[in-house]
Amino acid sequence: MAKIKRAKNGRILFTREMKRGYTILVPEMLPIHFEILKPIFTNAGYQLELLHTQKPEFSQIGIRYVHNDACYPLILVVGQFIDALQSGKYDLDKVALMMVQSGGGCRESNYIHLIRKALERAGYGHIPVISFSLSGMEFNTGFTMTVSMIRKCAAGVIYGDLLMLLNNQVKAYEIHKGDAQKLIDKWVKAITEQFQHARGFSFADMKKNFFKIVSSYAEVPIQKIPKVKVGIVGEIYVKYANFANNNLEKFLEEQNCEVMVPGLLGFLMFKIDARIQDIHLYGGSRLKLAVATWLLNYFKKVEKAFMECVDAFPMFTQLASYEDTKPLVDGLIGVGNRMGEGWFLPGEMIELIRHGYDNIVCTQPFGCLPTHVCGKGMIHKIKQMYPMANIVPIDYDPGATKVNQENRIKLMLSVAGEKTSCEPEPC
Amino acid sequence: MKIGLDVGSTTIKSIVLDDAGTIVYSNYERHFSQITEKTAEALSKIRVAFPEMKEAALMFSGSAGMGMAENCSIDFIQEVYATKVAATEMAPDTDVIIELGGEDAKIIFLQGVMEARMNGSCAGGTGAFIDQMAVLLNVTPDDMNELAKTSTRRYTIASRCGVFAKTDIQPLINQGAERSDIAASIFYAVVNQTIGGLAQGRAIRGNVLYLGGPLSFMSELRRSFDETLSLHGTCPENSLYFVALGAALCAKTVTDLDQAIQDLSDYQSRNQFHTLPALFENQEEYDRFCERHAKADAVYGDLSCYQGKAYLGIDAGSTTVKAVVTGENHEILDSIYLSNSGNPVPIVCDYLKSLYKRKPDIRIAGSCVTGYGEDIIKNAFSVDHGLVETMAHLKAAREFMPDVEFIIDIGGQDMKCFKIHNAAIDNIYLNEACSSGCGSFLQTFAQALHYTPEEFSKLGLFAKNAVDLGSRCTVFMNSSVKQAQKDGVSTADISAGLSISVVKNAIHKVIRPASMDELGKKIVVQGGTFLNDAVLRAFEMELGLSVVRPVIAGLMGAYGCALHAQERSNGKSTLLTAAELSEFTHSIKNTVCGLCSNHCKLSVNTFSGGRRYIAGNRCERPITKRSGNFENNIYRYKQELLSEYGETSGRRKETIGIPLGLNMYELLPFWHRFFTALGFGVKVSPFSNREIYLSGQQTIPSDTVCFPAKMMHGHVMNLIRQQVDAVFYPCMSFNFDEGLGDNNYNCPVVAYYPEVIDANMEMPEGTVLIHDYVGPHKRKFFPKKMTELLSRYFEGIRLEDVRKASDLAYAERELFLKKIRIRAEEIVARAREEGRRILVLAGRPYHADPEINHGIDLLINAFGVSVISEDSVSHKVSRFPVRILNQWMYHARLYAAAKYVCTQKDMNLVQLVSFGCGLDAITTDEVRSIIESAGKIYTQIKIDEITNLGAVKVRLRSLLAALEQQECMDYGEN
Repeated sequence: MAKIKRAKNGRILFTREMKRGYTILVPEMLPIHFEILKPIFTNAGYQLELLHTQKPEFSQIGIRYVHNDACYPLILVVGQFIDALQSGKYDLDKVALMMVQSGGGCRESNYIHLIRKALERAGYGHIPVISFSLSGMEFNTGFTMTVSMIRKCAAGVIYGDLLMLLNNQVKAYEIHKGDAQKLIDKWVKAITEQFQHARGFSFADMKKNFFKIVSSYAEVPIQKIPKVKVGIVGEIYVKYANFANNNLEKFLEEQNCEVMVPGLLGFLMFKIDARIQDIHLYGGSRLKLAVATWLLNYFKKVEKAFMECVDAFPMFTQLASYEDTKPLVDGLIGVGNRMGEGWFLPGEMIELIRHGYDNIVCTQPFGCLPTHVCGKGMIHKIKQMYPMANIVPIDYDPGATKVNQENRIKLMLSVAGEKTSCEPEPC
Repeated sequence: MKIGLDVGSTTIKSIVLDDAGTIVYSNYERHFSQITEKTAEALSKIRVAFPEMKEAALMFSGSAGMGMAENCSIDFIQEVYATKVAATEMAPDTDVIIELGGEDAKIIFLQGVMEARMNGSCAGGTGAFIDQMAVLLNVTPDDMNELAKTSTRRYTIASRCGVFAKTDIQPLINQGAERSDIAASIFYAVVNQTIGGLAQGRAIRGNVLYLGGPLSFMSELRRSFDETLSLHGTCPENSLYFVALGAALCAKTVTDLDQAIQDLSDYQSRNQFHTLPALFENQEEYDRFCERHAKADAVYGDLSCYQGKAYLGIDAGSTTVKAVVTGENHEILDSIYLSNSGNPVPIVCDYLKSLYKRKPDIRIAGSCVTGYGEDIIKNAFSVDHGLVETMAHLKAAREFMPDVEFIIDIGGQDMKCFKIHNAAIDNIYLNEACSSGCGSFLQTFAQALHYTPEEFSKLGLFAKNAVDLGSRCTVFMNSSVKQAQKDGVSTADISAGLSISVVKNAIHKVIRPASMDELGKKIVVQGGTFLNDAVLRAFEMELGLSVVRPVIAGLMGAYGCALHAQERSNGKSTLLTAAELSEFTHSIKNTVCGLCSNHCKLSVNTFSGGRRYIAGNRCERPITKRSGNFENNIYRYKQELLSEYGETSGRRKETIGIPLGLNMYELLPFWHRFFTALGFGVKVSPFSNREIYLSGQQTIPSDTVCFPAKMMHGHVMNLIRQQVDAVFYPCMSFNFDEGLGDNNYNCPVVAYYPEVIDANMEMPEGTVLIHDYVGPHKRKFFPKKMTELLSRYFEGIRLEDVRKASDLAYAERELFLKKIRIRAEEIVARAREEGRRILVLAGRPYHADPEINHGIDLLINAFGVSVISEDSVSHKVSRFPVRILNQWMYHARLYAAAKYVCTQKDMNLVQLVSFGCGLDAITTDEVRSIIESAGKIYTQIKIDEITNLGAVKVRLRSLLAALEQQECMDYGEN
C-alpha cells in the first residue's frame, strides 16, 4: 500500500507512487464509448478497469451508505463500487476509484464527495477517489491528463457517438441479426490499435476513419420495415446507462422501435459553452472566454468532419450540429440554463422531433432537480410548438417499478402507433 | 365475437361484443391478487356463458395483464389507449376523460392533439387510497360517500400522495373533527391530486367523462370534481368497463379460448425478483426465537385484590389506544390495547368506567397521557400529566433494560428511534411523512387480502423466497407488491417481503446509521408493529444481533406514562372519579378562527364540567386570546420587514410585479429598490396562502418538485390578476457571493424556475414575463447588463440611471441583511437575560413564508423558546472546510450556522427541509455531522404541503425534553 497523502480538505490524493500498481475502477456508463476510451489510459500507464457489473442489489447496497434522497445514479454507482470492493477481486490496498465530475450547480458535482463519505462509512476510507473532470476541479499528482490524452479522449467520444448512431439505425433493420454488433467489435478494436500507435486522433486520421466506418455500415444488408421511431433523452446517466434505465433501449427494440440516442459530444460542447454563456450574460474574464472559445471551436471542427461523412450517405439520419441546435430553443428556454443538462436537453428533444423521432422518452432520476425545469418543465411548451411531439417523462429510482415505467412507455407507443397509421403510407 | 379483458390492479373486468358490436356480456370482480387464476376463471365464465363460442378475437389490457398477456401470447393493449378507443366509439363528443382506477389516475385529452397522462409513481394510489382512508375512518367506502353528503366544511389535506394525506387525516380524527367533513375533504384531496398532478397546464373543459371504479361508485367524488372544475361531467353507462370495451373493440387475433385458459393456468411466474433469505428455516428455529423473547416479560399483579396506590398511563396513539394501570412496584394490574376507531375519547371513557366498575375501591394516585391524542384526553378526563412520547418510551424501556443504548418504536403511523447516552436521550430520529404508516400499512394490506394482521404475518414466517419490495414508502411498496403479484409471487413471500421492507425502512430511512455499530448492542424494540414476529425477526437479521422485545411491546408508551405518573405523584390524582365520569359529556363545535388571516379551522371540544380543548390552531391566540409575542422570533421580523416593500407608484407608467417566493424572499428589497429608483411602479404578491397555491396548481408540470417552487405558480397568477405590465422573475444561476463556500450557485430549481413559469403559464395580453438571466453577483458588469436587458422591454432605460439604481439596490440589500442580524443579536441578548433557550431554525430565506413553514416558528415560541435563523448568524463564521463541495450560497449559510451553534452553549439548531429538496440530501448529513461533532442534538423537520404540526410538535418537545434531561445530568455531575 502506498503512503497516504491528503489534500487540505482531507481527501486522499492519488499520488505518483499509486499510479504504479493501483487498479483504478471506473463505473461504465456508455458501453461503446468507454470501451474505446479505456486503452487511452492503460497505454498511459494506468491500470484502468471498467465495472460492467449489473446486479439488482446495487441500489440496496447504495442506500446503506448514501442518503436515501440522493440521486439514483449516485446510489447505483456507490452500490457498484462497494460491491466491487467487497468482491475480493481487488487488493484493497491497491485500488482507486474514478468518477466523472462535470462541475456546475447540479448535485452531480457533489457525487465524488458523497462517494468518499460512503466509502468511509463502509470502512474503505483509505481508498483514493479520482475526479475526472474537464475543468480540473481537483488535482492529483498521480493522475494527469496530457494534451495527447485529451485529444485522444475527444476523438474516442466522437468515434463512440458515430458508432452508436450508425449501430442504432442499422440494428433495427438488419437482415442478419448481429451484423451491426460485429461492426462495433471490429471498429473498437481497430481504433484501439490505432491509438496505441499514436494514430487515429489527428484530424486527418479521424476523417479517414469516419468515412470507412460509415461505409461499412452502409454495406450491411437491411430491410426497411415500418418501425416506430423513438428518441431517448434525459439526465446523462440514466439516459445512457442500460443498467440505470432498466434496459430501456432493449425494451424499445422489443416493442418494434427504432431508437435514436443523441451522442455525448453535444453534451460536452454544451458544458464548455456554458462558461462562454456565463461570461456573455453576467460578464467575466476575457482569458477564460478565450480558452473556452478555442476548445469549443476545436470540437466544432471535429463535429463538422463527422457530420460531413454521415451526410455523404443519405440513408443515415443525424441530428443537427451543436451550433444549429442552439437557435431551436429560442423562445423556449434561455441558453444561460446550464445546470445538469440545461437548455441542451429540450434542444435535443426538438432536434429529434424535427428528424422524425417525435416519440420521446425523457428519462430522469426521481427528484432530479435540473430536469424539473429543463425536462418535465419544457414538455408542455414543446408540444405547443410541435403538436406531433409525443413525449413521456419517466422517473428512475430504487423504488420505481419496471411495470409502471413500461406501462407508461407503452401508452406513449400506442399514441405513436396511432399517429403513424393516420399518416399516409410512406412510398 | 370479440372479448376484452381488463386486468387492473385490484379488479378484472370482462366484456364480450357480438359481431354487431353490441355488448352481450360484462363482468366485474375483485381478484384479490390471485391474478392468473382469476383471469383464467373470468375466461372460463365466458366459455360457460357462450358454450358454442370456441374461439373469438381476444385482447387483454390493464396494468396487471401486461406480463401475463406477453407470456401467454395474447394480444395486449395499453389501458389508457383502450379507454380512448372505447370513448371514441361510445361518447364521440368527449373532450376530456378522467379515469380513476385502483392505483392509477389518468386524464386523457381528446380534443385537438390527443394527450394522455398517468400519475407518476409518487402520486400512486387513488382507489386504493380511498379504501385506505375508509379503513382509517372505520367505515366502508360507500359509507364514506354517504358521510360526505352531510359535510359542512372542508379541511386542507395534502394531495401530494396517499401517505402524506394520511398524515393530515389522522390528527384530524384525533382532534375530533366531524367524520363527514373529513370524508368530504378526502374526496377533495383526490380531486386536487388528480388535477394538480395531471392537468399540467392544460385546461380541463368541455364534455368531461368520469370513468373507473371510484368515480362510478361515489357520487360525492364526482360532485367534488364538478365543483372544482366548474362543469358538469358525466359518468356514462358501463363506466367501469371502458378499458375492457376498448380492448374488445381492438381485438383482432382470433384465439382458441380453451387453449388460452390452459396457457393461463400453466403460466408460472418468471421469478425475476430479487429474493431474500427465509426468516426462519424451520419450526424449531422459530420456537427457539419465541422462547428467547418470552423472557422479556413484565411483572403482573392482580387488580381485584390489589390494595395500594395505583397509577394510570394512557397512550392515545394514531391508530390505537393503550392504557395500563400499575401498582407501586411497577407491576401491571390491568391493560387494554384497542383500535381507536377514529376517536379515542369514548374508548378511554369506556375503559375508565369499566375499571371503576371492576374495582370500585381503586385508589388512583396519579395519571399521565401521551401520544397524538394527549391533549384531548388530558382535557377530557382531567389527567394529571402529559408526556412526550419519546420520554414515555424511554421510561418503559429502562424497566426492561436499565442500560439500554437504543430504542426503536414502530407504531401504526410513526417510527421513533432514539439513542441513549448517559441515561439521557442523545439523539432522536423520527420518520418523515414519506416513511410513515408502515405499521398500519401492514394491517391495511392484510385486511385487503382478507386476512387478519396476525394471520398475514404468520404466513411469511417460513416463506422461502421473500420478495424484495424496496424501502422507500408505502406507496412504492404497494407498487412493488403489484409487480410481484403480477408475476405470481405467493402471498406468503409477499408477507415476508413486506415485513422486511418495514424494517429496512426503519433502519435505512429513519435511523440511517453509518454502521450498525452506531446503534450499540443494547437495543429495545417496541410498538405494536413489533408484536409481529416476522417484523421482529427481519429486524434482528438486518442488524445481525439479538434485541429485546418486551412482551408488552404494544403497551410501552402507556406503561412509561404510568411510571411517570408514579414519579410525579403527590398522592392524589385529578383524574375524573367514577361519579364525575357517569356524567361525562363531549361535544364538538367546528368553527373558523377569525383572529388572524390564517383562518385556522378549529375544533372546539367541550366536556362536562366546562373543560375545553381547542384543536386545529396554529398559534396560541384562540386559546390565550392574546396576540402572539413576536419579539423573540426572527421569522416574524423578516415578514414585517418584507411587508414594508409593498405597492408603490412611480413616475413611469409601467408597473413591475415581483412574485414573493423562492429567492425573491431575500432579493425583494434589492429589486424593489432597484425598480422604484428607476421610476417604475412596483407591486408585490402577498405572503402565500392556500388560495394562492390553488390558483396556480393547474400549471405545475412536475409533481415531485418542492412545495416552495410549486407555490411560485400561484404568486405569478396573483400578479397577473393585479394586472401588472411585467412580472419580473429573472433566472439566476448564481447568487451573491458571501465568501462562505467554494462557489455561489443557486440550487437548480431556484436558479431556473422562471423558465418553468414561462413554459407553463400563459401571460395575458398586456403582461410580459421578464425571466432573462441576470447576475447581480457581478457587481461591475451588472448595470450594463441590466440596461441591455431592460431596454429589450422598456423605452428610455439609460445606463447612468441604472447605475444609480444599482447602487441603491445593493445598499438596500445590505441594509436588509443588517437589520436581520441586528434583530437576531437583540433576540439572543434578551433570551440570555431572561434565561430562554435559543433555537436556530435553519432553512432557506423562503422558509420565512408562513404557508411554507406552517407556523413552526410560532410553535417554537409557544414552548418559550426564542427563534433566530441561519442567515442571521452565518456571517459570524468565516469559511471553513466541509466534506462536500460547498457550492450553493444558501447552503453554505447552513454549514456556517451549524458551526456557529457549536460554539454557543445555549443554542441548538433545527433544520427545516422542504420535501423533494434534493440538495438537502447533501446538506442534512453534513449539518448533522457538524452539529454532532460538538455533542449537540441534531433535529430535522421536513415540511411540505402538510399543515398539521402534530409530528413537528413531538419532535420539538422531544428535543426540549432531551435538552432538559441533559442539563439535569450535567448539573448532577458538577
